[in-house]
Amino acid sequence: MTWSEIILAALKENSVRFAAYVPDNILTPLIAGVAADSDFICVGATREDEAVGAATGAYMAGLRAVAMMQTSGFALIANALGSLVVPFQIPAILIVSERGIMGEFNIGQTLVARTMRPTLDALGIMHHTLTDLSTLHFILDRSIKQAFTTRAPVVFILSPLLSGGNPAAHGQLM
Amino acid sequence: MLSRTTLTRRLVQRLTNEEAVVAGLGNTNFDLIAAGHRLQNFYMLGSMGLACPIALGVALAQPNRGVIALEGDGSILMALGCLATIGNVQPRNLTIIIWDNGMYQITGKQAAATGGATDIVAVAQGAGIEQSEWVRDETHFDTLIDRRFEEGGPRLLAAKIGDQPGQGLPMRDPVLIRENFMRGLGTSHSRELG
Repeated sequence: MTWSEIILAALKENSVRFAAYVPDNILTPLIAGVAADSDFICVGATREDEAVGAATGAYMAGLRAVAMMQTSGFALIANALGSLVVPFQIPAILIVSERGIMGEFNIGQTLVARTMRPTLDALGIMHHTLTDLSTLHFILDRSIKQAFTTRAPVVFILSPLLSGGNPAAHGQLM
Repeated sequence: MLSRTTLTRRLVQRLTNEEAVVAGLGNTNFDLIAAGHRLQNFYMLGSMGLACPIALGVALAQPNRGVIALEGDGSILMALGCLATIGNVQPRNLTIIIWDNGMYQITGKQAAATGGATDIVAVAQGAGIEQSEWVRDETHFDTLIDRRFEEGGPRLLAAKIGDQPGQGLPMRDPVLIRENFMRGLGTSHSRELG
């Protein structure tokens, strides 16, 4: 199975049924997989904090929810995490494709990416960087279960080591 | 000028089917709690601009429940993109009410774009929420909310209100707010303490 098939399977096995996302090149196969699966209610949001808000509403109304975005979009959601998800104890599942490292061509991405882990650490949010296929399902499955059991958010950072990085980078690097 | 406090009270009195109400931070949720606490109320404490996205998530997860988002004009200006999302998703059980005082009342009455050139009903219509309209007066508001909220949407109502602050004392415990709301929606998993 590919990384996106494993993630989709882990979400389904853990009864995640709502997905909100902002489009991203790396996440394309996962977004397509969720959108094509009738088990999911899928919403394309205009901003990442909107996706987090919709996922929060869906969770409170009884559907386990995931929000998907890239690193630059993560930089928009500190307020949604710090004043909604964390204090209200929402077990939001976040999947963030990691740009800014290992072959980034856009300097804007390299700088904004450095704000992600310090932000997560400052808020005390559990995060895991997904780097290889052999441990992927274990990390996802156990961490999603932990999130719902302990009512705490979890963030999965999709490393280029796993995803291959941004396809748009090919031909742009010197 | 209409009154947010009065219209919120009229709305809450009209709710008979355990409709979910998601209220934006500040005056919007102060007036919601002033109208009488209900288990199906969600009071935001921050995350300005996310009342409509949260309400959209609730509406999609519980398609047979009427869901109402209450939001200030300053808050919706911060999140106009969500109107486009809602205009495209077309949730039939979602109603949005915008309290438009043309200012950021709670931070010192600074002018908002809605006090100038920006017409939030026109914005919503352009975003794809065709059933968007201005509330003319209290009687008109009563007419607009005399309906079943679980169908016929999405709709957006906007009311030009005065500059009065909200009247209620807000709840400040986020876990209690969330737990109450989930009990009201029948989704709480917490075991009763024995």
